[in-house]
Amino acid sequence: MKSAVRTFGPLVAIAVLAVLLLVVAPSVLSPFRLNNLGKYCCWAIAAVGIGLAWGRGGMLVMGQGVFFGIGGYAMAMHLKLEAAGPEGIPDFMLLYGDGTMPGWWEPFRSGAFTLFAIVALPAVAAAILGWAIFKRKVKGAYFAILTQAMAVVFATLLIATIQETGGFNGLNQFTFFFGYNLYDPVNKRMVYSITAGLLIACLVVVWQLYRSRFGELLVATRDAEERVRFLGHDPANVKLAAFVIAAVMASIGGAMFAPIAGIISPSDVDATASIFLIAGVALGGRALLLGPALGALAVGYGRSTLSEQFPDQWTYFLGALFIVVILMFPAGLISAAGRAAGLLRPRRRVRPTAARPAGATS
Amino acid sequence: MRLDHPSPDDLGQDYLEIRDLTVDFDGFKAVSGVDLTLLQGRVHFLIGPNGAGKTTLIDAITGLVPATGVARYRNHNLLALKSHRIVRAGIGRTFQTATVFEELSVLQNLDIAGGVHRSPFALLRARRGTPDYVEAALGTIGLGDLRDRPAGVLAHGQKQWLEIGMLLVQDAKVMLLDEPVAGMSAEEREETGALLQRIGTERTIVVVEHDMDFVRSFADLVTVMHAGKVLTEGTVTEIQANARVQEVYLGRTADAAEAAEAAEADAVTHEGAGRD
Repeated sequence: MKSAVRTFGPLVAIAVLAVLLLVVAPSVLSPFRLNNLGKYCCWAIAAVGIGLAWGRGGMLVMGQGVFFGIGGYAMAMHLKLEAAGPEGIPDFMLLYGDGTMPGWWEPFRSGAFTLFAIVALPAVAAAILGWAIFKRKVKGAYFAILTQAMAVVFATLLIATIQETGGFNGLNQFTFFFGYNLYDPVNKRMVYSITAGLLIACLVVVWQLYRSRFGELLVATRDAEERVRFLGHDPANVKLAAFVIAAVMASIGGAMFAPIAGIISPSDVDATASIFLIAGVALGGRALLLGPALGALAVGYGRSTLSEQFPDQWTYFLGALFIVVILMFPAGLISAAGRAAGLLRPRRRVRPTAARPAGATS
Repeated sequence: MRLDHPSPDDLGQDYLEIRDLTVDFDGFKAVSGVDLTLLQGRVHFLIGPNGAGKTTLIDAITGLVPATGVARYRNHNLLALKSHRIVRAGIGRTFQTATVFEELSVLQNLDIAGGVHRSPFALLRARRGTPDYVEAALGTIGLGDLRDRPAGVLAHGQKQWLEIGMLLVQDAKVMLLDEPVAGMSAEEREETGALLQRIGTERTIVVVEHDMDFVRSFADLVTVMHAGKVLTEGTVTEIQANARVQEVYLGRTADAAEAAEAAEADAVTHEGAGRD
């Protein structure tokens, strides 16, 4: 009975979140607020992946904005071409360039190719990058700095290529989403529902991963990487799998972000944006199933509300909250709530069996 | 890399062969030209003073330090393989400090060691029930009553048994055990020795050990190492009768032995600290 609760309890929590996002929210929120919630869901999707890579895998991925951006720009390119119509080319290319479209834009006219690219591009990029990093045993702070630098490079590259990617302005003014007019509120709501559905799907995926043997192996790799070698596994492969899954999730989040926000620009994918994603995960609790998603939703909400009321100071609020949480509840706010609840219940302690004298280990 | 080598089935016996193995740490030869044949069905002890190169030898066989020479098991050239491939070839080891996964239960620790038998896609499924080989290993190491305890709360000796159990689950045909009874009580040593003899019939068991009482009680064959080289090899009686062994290791006068013992205890502490 107890183990059933442990196994399926999280699934119930995901179901509750699904009802809140897919049934309750659309019926009580204004279209504007609902669209904002959709944006938070995009960040939450990326955060779920970060929870897997960082919380369970111990890899502090500080550059998830890159993968968020790959998905976002892939989708945005398709929407841009859809808006331009068949044979048409995006408006900014006429404005800033000589009116010709780079050849690599062409495949993104196809919706099917775009969807494929949203999954395949980050997977391949993360696999190559991860393989180079993990086989060389780069870890800890070095890994974090490396991924962070990647986000800086990516944003700089985007800004520098105004004729191909819209530069600093990014890609915006989308009119259609796979044939549906984005100015129609009904269609906007559909895009929201798809996003919320994808978030729930990602949560179910990590739920299964966490309870699987792979999940145990990932935690084992995080806690004792060298020991895992002597179980017959290359820890690099274990980490690589988690890193690739996290990248794909970030990309899916980015892909839905473009039609919901109506824009994707370097500031959505740069180092600062990457740190915002991390902040949500840290606030919610990185190793918990729902922690990253709820944390990202909360940070997104805080970002909108605070920036409406205190346009100049809101980042300070967020920064202060972040510091307090890291100092006081390193495992996240959800674990703090759990601990508070635990204090009310009698503790069940495991006592060491027949402890050895201190000097007995060699 | 595969070597042209007769299959163990043709010989009727499994063995690990080491020829001219040398480990060179920037000019210091920690292991120098070691020849050893480790046969199945024997509990083979590796003894020698501190710094003799016993642990380094095991490190070399398991891919932790680069070495030259030959170390082959079945058709595998171990010196060319990475650690995890060596494990998959059937060679398992333990460390001086027990390194079980403290947050996982005893059962989970054993189960996770069974990963070598599973395909990557089977890893995506959750654990259902206990596989037979995990149950069998649990029985062999005698931790059945503690199966759901987190491994972190086990006593020192129990952790070492759990590690041996993990090697059983891995189905390691060659087990390299680095000081498994260090820090154990007398009864625990007895039990460990009995455990090794129980599982030793179909396996090759190599034990690095300092404790001479333990060696006397359970060794089928003893190899004495000194300053990176093999000094001699033989049964416990032969080893004890060997003058050179007495010189470097065993037969000191009472006073000298005491002094050496103290020095050794000191060295052990340092060694332990260095390795952590």
